[in-house]
Amino acid sequence: MSTNAGIEQELNINVEDMDIVYERPDTLTDTRMHYCPGCSHGVVHRILMEVVQELGIQDKTIGVAPVGCSVFAYSYLDIDMQEAAHGRASAAATGIKRVLPDRIVFSYQGDGDLAAIGTAETIHTANRGEKILVVFINNAIYGMTGGQMAPTTLDGMKTSTSPFGRNPDHVGHPLKITDLIAMLPGAYYVTRVAVNNPRNVRVAKKAITKSIQYQMDGKGLCFVEVVSNCPSGWKMTPVEANKWLEENMFPIYPLGDLKVPSDDK
Amino acid sequence: MSEILLMKGNEALAEAALRAGCQGYFGYPITPQSEVLEYLSQHGEERRMTVLQAESELAAINMIYGAAGAGARVMTSSSSPGISLMQEGLSYIACAELPCLLVNINRGGPGLGTIQPSQGDYFQAVKGGGHGDYKLLVLAPATVQEMADMVFEGFDLADKYRNPVMILADGALGQMMEKVSFRDYDPSKRIEHPWATTGKNGREERNIITSLHIKSEQMEKINQHLQKKYCEMQEHEVRFQEVQTEDAEYLLVAYGLCARIAHKTVQLAREKGIKAGLLRPISLFPFPTNEIHKLAKKVNSVLTVEMNAGQMYEDVRLAVNGQVPVEFYGRMGGIIPSPEEVLERLEKMVAPQSVKMKEETV
Repeated sequence: MSTNAGIEQELNINVEDMDIVYERPDTLTDTRMHYCPGCSHGVVHRILMEVVQELGIQDKTIGVAPVGCSVFAYSYLDIDMQEAAHGRASAAATGIKRVLPDRIVFSYQGDGDLAAIGTAETIHTANRGEKILVVFINNAIYGMTGGQMAPTTLDGMKTSTSPFGRNPDHVGHPLKITDLIAMLPGAYYVTRVAVNNPRNVRVAKKAITKSIQYQMDGKGLCFVEVVSNCPSGWKMTPVEANKWLEENMFPIYPLGDLKVPSDDK
Repeated sequence: MSEILLMKGNEALAEAALRAGCQGYFGYPITPQSEVLEYLSQHGEERRMTVLQAESELAAINMIYGAAGAGARVMTSSSSPGISLMQEGLSYIACAELPCLLVNINRGGPGLGTIQPSQGDYFQAVKGGGHGDYKLLVLAPATVQEMADMVFEGFDLADKYRNPVMILADGALGQMMEKVSFRDYDPSKRIEHPWATTGKNGREERNIITSLHIKSEQMEKINQHLQKKYCEMQEHEVRFQEVQTEDAEYLLVAYGLCARIAHKTVQLAREKGIKAGLLRPISLFPFPTNEIHKLAKKVNSVLTVEMNAGQMYEDVRLAVNGQVPVEFYGRMGGIIPSPEEVLERLEKMVAPQSVKMKEETV
């Protein structure tokens, strides 16, 4: 209770008198996350672990964390985890799933990891139809290294390595890797979601639930892109970042299913 | 032991993996070792081994990371340029302490080089190869039979030390056919791996496989732990073979294919009245440093023979530590030295002008 004492005093309330409307799932550890205020990672971690709890698969789920802001994901997710080399999370996940085919395996990767240095692994993992879930956090920037240009950085968007704005004549246009993945026969379910408002959080959670259920049914690769913010990297407040996300990211990365299983249509 | 078969070195490696309880093989084709992947693609499924052709050696070594981290007995193989691509993954595997078996069928480099046999990857194999302070346990076979035996031994050593083990052979050993028989292996005897990420499955604590230790104090502790492990290997796992060293006045040191050539040179030298002997390091890390040091006390000089520009030569010199002259004879670019040319080099050492010759080494 000591951690709540200050809040209780400040708000003039008694926590014990209140109804619980929001609890940490048992599948998340009791650890303060290192993510910046307003960052999408915490929400995505939470809904991922809510699904693991609701489906009762904590004991058989193995996650793979990338290099990037979510490199420490294993500190928060109370499941067996591996931390892979930069870009290689889907290869490590392939290795796990191939020797333990009855486990639930996912990789959790950012845009630099998945769509730059790990592009080959990403494409080939999808093309093989590995029966895993790939969660792709696309915030159009390298957060952990301090705000450099990502493969998904928008045209004209300023970062520390595109200080005059991304110039497509110089570095090409943003890579819509999810669209590429959706073209591959091995990809079973490909969708693009966001967690910027409660409605979108519910949609995102449903996409993750579906993906894991497909995996439990032995279907192919499920790929969930989460169009995310990066208030620190974008140099905005969380509120500004979410507004910028809607106005600038969604037109380039429109939300919705890119590929749904034919029997679900 | 199985019946005696006639097999290519690469095929013997693959067959040994199947018999040694290997559960997963992830690899990428490259000459001169593609037969390993081909053989396992043919026979893996029916014998319950997961075999996957990866999109690159980068992917293959990271599949090994994942599968070894999940507790499976796994192996990959490649040849020099492919092994270079795996170095990042090997550094992670060494730090995360994942047991696995690697095979390098060494070809001539640098660069794309040649597909002919070479020992040019000695430094890369025994000094770490990737970033950071780590070691592979490196075994160097000289026959097809040893290639097969070292698969069994390598898997067990990898488990024992939670460390990647490399079999460092060369293109000639991979391609040559010799007779071979296979040991028996009982998979139930494999040591436990309670650290593996198999799903919590009732465990209170989750298992985490990582090489990230962001706090310096923690990272130093990990390094100290690894170094302690390498010291234990140095203490317990040195393997070598001696040939006619009892009365030797000249000591040849060579490993792998070169040891077979040097063995013949010892015979030719003895026929000419030169008392030569051979020490063949079988484990390259840990290196038989003490054994070479002791032998050096008894001989006039030492000749290291390699298919490279003199890599193990440096370790031999460290072992001899100035007691007697250490000389080198090597061929590069995929050329295998003949016993006669090694003998010629040895005879120059025996002749009185031998001191001068030191300057003329390759």
